[in-house]
Amino acid sequence: MSSGPPPFQRFLDAYRDDVWRFLVASVGREDADDCFQETFISALRAYPRLRADSNLKAWVLTIAHRKALDVHRARAHHALPVAEIADVADGAGRSSSPAPATDETLWHAVHGLPNRQRSAVVLRFLGDFPHRDIAAAIGCSEEAARRSLHEGLTTLRKELPA
Amino acid sequence: MSTDIEQALRTGPNDAREQAAAAAGRLTERIAADGLADVSYAPIDSPFGTLHVAVTRRGLVRLAFPEESLDAFLERLARKLSPRIVASPGSLDPVRRELDEYFNERRRDFDLKLDWALITPFARRVLRMTAAIPYGGHLSYAEVAAEAGSPRGARAAGNALGANPIPIVIPCHRVLHSGGGIGGYGGGPDRKRYLLEMEGALTPRRL
Repeated sequence: MSSGPPPFQRFLDAYRDDVWRFLVASVGREDADDCFQETFISALRAYPRLRADSNLKAWVLTIAHRKALDVHRARAHHALPVAEIADVADGAGRSSSPAPATDETLWHAVHGLPNRQRSAVVLRFLGDFPHRDIAAAIGCSEEAARRSLHEGLTTLRKELPA
Repeated sequence: MSTDIEQALRTGPNDAREQAAAAAGRLTERIAADGLADVSYAPIDSPFGTLHVAVTRRGLVRLAFPEESLDAFLERLARKLSPRIVASPGSLDPVRRELDEYFNERRRDFDLKLDWALITPFARRVLRMTAAIPYGGHLSYAEVAAEAGSPRGARAAGNALGANPIPIVIPCHRVLHSGGGIGGYGGGPDRKRYLLEMEGALTPRRL
């Protein structure tokens, strides 16, 4: 019998929320849509070669992770002043009351993490990846992945009000 | 407090669902506009209820009656044609327009391009013959079989008609029993009668 993947529309329906959340957490709302489009276009191109028993969620989030890294690399290249980034992102959020750890402040802090730490944190908590798969997605050892995750969480705890 | 942060991370961003749905809508529009899908589909309203209709780059490939679940419809297309299938109402606009006109008795012939990919070579001969039966006309199973050069006769022709993947547009409802019986129909005999009466091929209640 056929061992192909499910109809693409069903795949999109099933994982669009996971990919969107993952991307907002990784790059913010401003860039999430471009990344979302590129992630699923890449997925569509490779789609017929997939096997029915592939882990579709891990596969599409691994693609999303690469697209998000591209955004961060481009940002580092353009070196936008930090304050400017914060202004743009604040405009999309609620008024800047000094509330502790609102949605926007949390994701700001996540975006500001070094690439590896951010990758480890979003793959772990939004992608639900085990350490082994985080290591594979980042391209490092499992031990290094654990360390990046720990460092990322430590940084977030320091930066965010209790 | 560390668990609070972990919990917040797990919960993810606010308002994600609506935004994800909107992003997915933009995506499928772009996929359709750039011709990246192998199959596009959409629901189309009709007097029979909601039909599911699919097109490829070649043309109309499938029309399903409401009894067929959307999942079964999509799975079959994925298996037989390609899993690169997206919902794209815009791609189905010409089909929707012609079906509306047909059901409103403002159209007698369809001008749609057809994709015969789901039709076997023998069924193709039978259905091409069927596609040539004019609006308001009808043939018997035996006549269609003979014209299609079917060595297997009326029964084989009946099977080919029953498996018609594009009913209504390929008018298999215009093939009847030679004895005057209405015969079978993939969408049920009531719908066959409805179409034939609308086309004026039957006087109401003759059959």
